[in-house]
Amino acid sequence: MRVITYRDALREAIREEMQRDELVYILGEDIAGYGGTYSVTKGLFEEFGEKRVRDTPLAEEVIAGTAIGSALVGLRPICEIMTMNFSLLASDQIINSAAKFHYMFAGQTRIPVVFRMPGGGGAQRGAQHSQFFETLFGHIPGLKVVMPATPYDAKGMLKSAIRDNDPVVFVEHELLYSVKGEVPDEGVEYTVPLNRGEIKREGRDVTIVTFSRMVHISLQAAEELAKEGIEAEVLDMRSIRPIDLDLITESVKKTNRVVIAEEGWKYYGTGQGIAALIYEHAFDYLDAPIGHVTGKDVPMPYSKPLEQAALPTRADVIAAVKAITPVGAGAR
Amino acid sequence: MAIREATLAGLGREQLLALHYQMSLIRQFEEKAAEAYTLGKIGGFLHLYIGQEANGVGAISALRPTDYVLSSYREHGHAIAKGIEPKAVMAELFGKVTGTSRGKGGSMHMYSAEHRLLGGQAIVGAQLVISAGVGLGIQYQDQSDIALTLFGDGAVDEGAFHEAMNLAALWKLPVVYLCENNGYSMGMNVKKAWSVSSLEPRAAAYGMPYLQVDGMDVLAIRQAVQQAAATARDGKGPTLIESVTYRFRGHSLADPAQYRTREEEAAWKANRDPIQLFEAKLKEAGLARDEDLRASTERAGAAVEEATTFAEESPFPAPDDLYEHVQQDGAGAIAWRDKPSTPRD
Repeated sequence: MRVITYRDALREAIREEMQRDELVYILGEDIAGYGGTYSVTKGLFEEFGEKRVRDTPLAEEVIAGTAIGSALVGLRPICEIMTMNFSLLASDQIINSAAKFHYMFAGQTRIPVVFRMPGGGGAQRGAQHSQFFETLFGHIPGLKVVMPATPYDAKGMLKSAIRDNDPVVFVEHELLYSVKGEVPDEGVEYTVPLNRGEIKREGRDVTIVTFSRMVHISLQAAEELAKEGIEAEVLDMRSIRPIDLDLITESVKKTNRVVIAEEGWKYYGTGQGIAALIYEHAFDYLDAPIGHVTGKDVPMPYSKPLEQAALPTRADVIAAVKAITPVGAGAR
Repeated sequence: MAIREATLAGLGREQLLALHYQMSLIRQFEEKAAEAYTLGKIGGFLHLYIGQEANGVGAISALRPTDYVLSSYREHGHAIAKGIEPKAVMAELFGKVTGTSRGKGGSMHMYSAEHRLLGGQAIVGAQLVISAGVGLGIQYQDQSDIALTLFGDGAVDEGAFHEAMNLAALWKLPVVYLCENNGYSMGMNVKKAWSVSSLEPRAAAYGMPYLQVDGMDVLAIRQAVQQAAATARDGKGPTLIESVTYRFRGHSLADPAQYRTREEEAAWKANRDPIQLFEAKLKEAGLARDEDLRASTERAGAAVEEATTFAEESPFPAPDDLYEHVQQDGAGAIAWRDKPSTPRD
């Protein structure tokens, strides 16, 4: 299989879906002439024109509202929010409109809108440009929230999201855009479901539940742990809402130990929500308390050493695994 | 540049009496809803349209049936004027499954895909940004419809207003923005909330045509919306219409309206009641007699009684409806989470 970047995989998904369906269009800030802040939409304006690749003013509420309104009359918008940090300005429309209409209007609407937005830290972008808010959206009934980690999943899930009739918050990571991975040739049809996680590495001793960029860091940690005889199973949840609880419980039944690894903040966040579900649905299978690796509980600092200290690392994952996995577990 | 008072000549007797019937229907519907609210048949909030009937009736009478209407939480009158059966509107207020939104929306969330009423919104100003999208959808698909967007003076204070005005004007979207300026956003006098005395400079700021209209004159409103709708349909973009009106009741039934004087209210009710004004005009023009108007009023009253009986007798939603419509793909992909955990034995 050919190897392409996460960025190119996303662009292929958008292009293929726009070629397939005239009702699919994309709108957002600097997506046309500029080619997208992270170059995801580069070339699409030239291919599809200004009707279907629409630059908007810097006005997130009306960007989201426009996407939703156009969906009410039959269009299938891809709404690019330049960064997830700005999604708070669009969040009224995402939460109070997109997530609610199908329910509060009793099935008379469909809102097939994809809200694409990159988040995450690690590029010294400071406190207001380094955040993940998947927890906020993951809390809301009526939304689907996905966070693919690989180019293959990014393309397959974006295609699924565009075809899905519900609003999907599609969370990218600014440091994943240049990550490369295997993806089928352009035009070779495949999709990845929006409600299933995947075992990215099999193991018998401990389950690492993770998503987005922390999948890669967890896989690196698992490689190191294997050298010490600990075989970690790495679950890439891919979707935050719905969460593939069956995948987690099946793994827990096998390993009896769990570490949750995420980049976001600890308190009241996605990881704690997942931990609560594991305690609720698989408590009896646990041999140890659930370990939890997170970003530090501070606004993101700018200075490089401070930022690195704020972000969770491979060493943090390894330490969390060792804290709940007895020496020699791998020899069982 | 106020619209000059419309003549009656454009409309025949039957059409004029139909407008009277609709205003009377909405007036009596709202009075009945208030009664049902005090009896505990209706819960939550109830924002009555009494006093403002000429706006929805006049504006929507200027549209084609296929045009879209987007509204706020004060939308019972808009729903009825758009052609939704009063029965379905009242049933929604009662929380019954026969309501416009199967009892899931309530007073503030009427919707009818069939009648192209795209929702009552309870987040002030939300319909303004959504209507930009409806306009884009129409334009994108080369359709000839327009989107009439109704909102109050309070919505003008929201950022959504400014974001929507700019984009709609920039993209020349087929939208008509009608501000029903009733003088108060809840208890806030518009004079204390607006830095300018009318919407004219705001329209100018976005390069949009502006019309000010007497919000108690159903024909004047109709004429203004006709003009704005024609502009929108011609691909010339949105118009901002400011209608000067007044709500005769509080913001909702929970509001005793202590922020304004009883004298002010009495003066509006005595001199500016849109139904009385219209009746006087019809009689003066020799287009209706007292008995015609009485018959129209009585017919509207009977429809309200029928609607109320229907709402009373309709069933509540079934318990299983709770998880219906969370998402398109059935009962909601996450509904399993709510199932009680089943401990292993």
